[in-house]
Amino acid sequence: MTKTAPEAPPRHSDETKRKLSPAAQRFANASSTSLGSILIKIIVIAIVDATAVFALFTAIGREAWAIASVIAVITVLINVVYFKKGWLPAKYLLPGTIFLLIFQVFVIGYTGYISFTNYGSGHNSDKADAISALLQSNQERVEGSPGYPVKVYSGDDGLAMLIEREGQQLIGDGNDALAPVEPASLGEYTELTFADLLGRQQEVTSLKVPVSDNPADGTLRTSDGRTAYQYTSSLKYDEAADTMTDQKTGLVFKDTGVGAFTADDGTQLMPGWSINVGFDNFARAFTDSSIRGALLSVSVWTFAFALLSVASTFFLGLFLAIVFNDIRMKGRKIYRVISILPYAFPAFLGGLVWAGMLNKDFGFVNQVLFGGADIPWLTDPWLAKFSVLWVNLWLGFPYMFLVCTGALQSIPQELSEAATIDGARPFQIFRLIKLPLLLVSVAPLLISSFAFNFNNFNVIYMLTEGGPRLEDAGLNVGATDILISMVYKVAFVGSQRDYGLASAFSIIIFVIVAIISIISFKQTKALEELN
Amino acid sequence: MSTETSNPETAPTFRPFPHPDRRSFGKWFATTGWRHLIGVALCVYSAFPLLYVLSASLNPNGTLLSSNGFFSTIGFQSFIDLFQNEQRPYGAWFANTLIIGLTTAAASVFLGALAAYSFSRMRFTGRRVGLVSLLIVQIFPQLLAVVAIFILLTSLGDVFPALGIDNQIALIMVYLGGALGVNTYLMYGFFNTIPVEIDEAAKIDGAGHARIFFTMILRLVSPILAVVGLLTFISSTSDFVLASVVLVSPENQTLAVGLYSYVSEEFTSNWSVFAAGAVLAAIPVMALFLFLQKYIVGGLTAGAGK
Repeated sequence: MTKTAPEAPPRHSDETKRKLSPAAQRFANASSTSLGSILIKIIVIAIVDATAVFALFTAIGREAWAIASVIAVITVLINVVYFKKGWLPAKYLLPGTIFLLIFQVFVIGYTGYISFTNYGSGHNSDKADAISALLQSNQERVEGSPGYPVKVYSGDDGLAMLIEREGQQLIGDGNDALAPVEPASLGEYTELTFADLLGRQQEVTSLKVPVSDNPADGTLRTSDGRTAYQYTSSLKYDEAADTMTDQKTGLVFKDTGVGAFTADDGTQLMPGWSINVGFDNFARAFTDSSIRGALLSVSVWTFAFALLSVASTFFLGLFLAIVFNDIRMKGRKIYRVISILPYAFPAFLGGLVWAGMLNKDFGFVNQVLFGGADIPWLTDPWLAKFSVLWVNLWLGFPYMFLVCTGALQSIPQELSEAATIDGARPFQIFRLIKLPLLLVSVAPLLISSFAFNFNNFNVIYMLTEGGPRLEDAGLNVGATDILISMVYKVAFVGSQRDYGLASAFSIIIFVIVAIISIISFKQTKALEELN
Repeated sequence: MSTETSNPETAPTFRPFPHPDRRSFGKWFATTGWRHLIGVALCVYSAFPLLYVLSASLNPNGTLLSSNGFFSTIGFQSFIDLFQNEQRPYGAWFANTLIIGLTTAAASVFLGALAAYSFSRMRFTGRRVGLVSLLIVQIFPQLLAVVAIFILLTSLGDVFPALGIDNQIALIMVYLGGALGVNTYLMYGFFNTIPVEIDEAAKIDGAGHARIFFTMILRLVSPILAVVGLLTFISSTSDFVLASVVLVSPENQTLAVGLYSYVSEEFTSNWSVFAAGAVLAAIPVMALFLFLQKYIVGGLTAGAGK
């Protein structure tokens, strides 16, 4: 390492090989594929292949063709790459790339696909499933049907019912229809005692055992665990006409292409099924005034939140860095350690702790600091926005403090000494010399901090859950929601889950992020560093 | 300080250049004293919420309201209650968080190091394209694709329950989707600082690429491996979005999801038990952070922010 190389060292591995004598090269090749490493390679790939073959059979058995083909492609790829001579970079890149392609690249594309569907609550399966679910629901007891004496058993898949019909014992549970069973094979089930029946009353009364594989035959239900009655659906499916008929009202529901059986008067039967809706979700996002308003206010707040968070943390951090950047001051180390504590505290916990402290009725801030005041820190739209920024400042300023301290120390002391001799005042030195130099080194970090806060879900959701709710919005969206928490809430919070709309929002955010990135790349020319 | 300023006339005798602290209080305050005022205010802002949560955790059976009395009562009942709640298995959450975090961190570091090694040491067609596409893919946060991830895992789980919703292996695999990306960039830069001559000397001595990578390079780049591993550990253990979507049943959840559920339901009455959980969850992370402070700061300034 200490030797001085007169010429540039060869970086190319091929060049090195060329420079070796043939004998040395042969030696190098032979030892690089030693018996031990070949053995390890073969064992690892054998395990991968065995797992893959097993997975392939499982997938084919379940008729999951897409999954089966992906497994097949990946397995072939692994075998080719690791058994083929050469292709060295691929050997190193393949493992990470597989995960990247499936869980980052593919899911982004899949988000795009979902954004063109009406996938969500009431529309989360295909039409056949919807028909069977509709026939399962809306069931009523068949008039005058006999009651079957029943015994309730508990098995691996939950509760099961055992009845006797025409001298034959039949058992069935929530998933599997009634089927004949030999008394000998009842061992895997245990009969519920009377006390169990009372204890699990709700489970027992909600148990629906299909009478046969045809959903039109209805189900058996019991209210007391002793007698079961047959229930059938009030709906009837006409396969030829593709219509559902309500037996009681005579109303006919047709498949009108909106993903649910719809009657002429517009009433729909739920659940429906998922269909391709084209640009409907995007159209809703931009034209439905209640959604457009929410999207717009959330977008504006997201930018404001990210910008203000970066600005507030940066200026506080910079201010503190300057204040403590004086060697005459004692105890700087203690101040430094205490002040970075919030940064070491997990962010999600920080949000929850502050949520408790800022609680309107019982929180420390109102009760102790403001003497029992009723300040709605988290429930008033503007105060909630302030609180979110305040807590994010708490979480984020230590980072900027550390960064600015480091950047200040890297600025040569001579510069400010020279400026002092030239008669510059301390503030002038700071504004005209130190700050520009500091910004050069800190700018990329400010950009990445902006990007981080743009999607800073934890601090928002843990503190306010995005609330307080926007009254006029057609969605479950609140005043402090940022785009990412809006996507999460539209998709996963509450009873109405709209995966299609949430994915459309995701795509819109992807576009926004892409535009910002292109602009900032052009500004910083980050790509030029790659050669 | 004030005792020293009481006899200022002695100072010039012993020191040709008087220390500023030995001037009058006014001058001392003008140069460094006001800095201490800011320092004290800063410490209150930084440390107060942490002391508050510590005090709340030591308040036996405390509610949010009764936690306002600062260290008025001391007891460890909340910590005991924390581990005896069957609906909220804190011990399991802690173990899950550690397992998921450590596995994700180790696997991410390994996958990232493999990629960084090939980008740094090999020249191949598509290398530049590969680096640029990594940068571009990384722009799009995985969080935004959470719906697609949920639906993908739901359908995977129908075929392989181990890769489906409510399974930790599935969550780890999702996290590994981000194993390349920023990590590779951080490591790539560090790998480039290791002289290529070392590889070449080893090659001449007859070592293969695998041996060079595993026995030499990984050892030389261990500082950056530690930083990336730690950053991945922190980010995966504090993730809420993906973890809350993937992990459904309480015994499978992580601390972030579990502790959130603690306060999202029955917010005020569980407060001291939640605080005890928060203290236990935070202390190891904070200890590790303070212990490795300078490495983390180096890694952070090179990459992510908070």
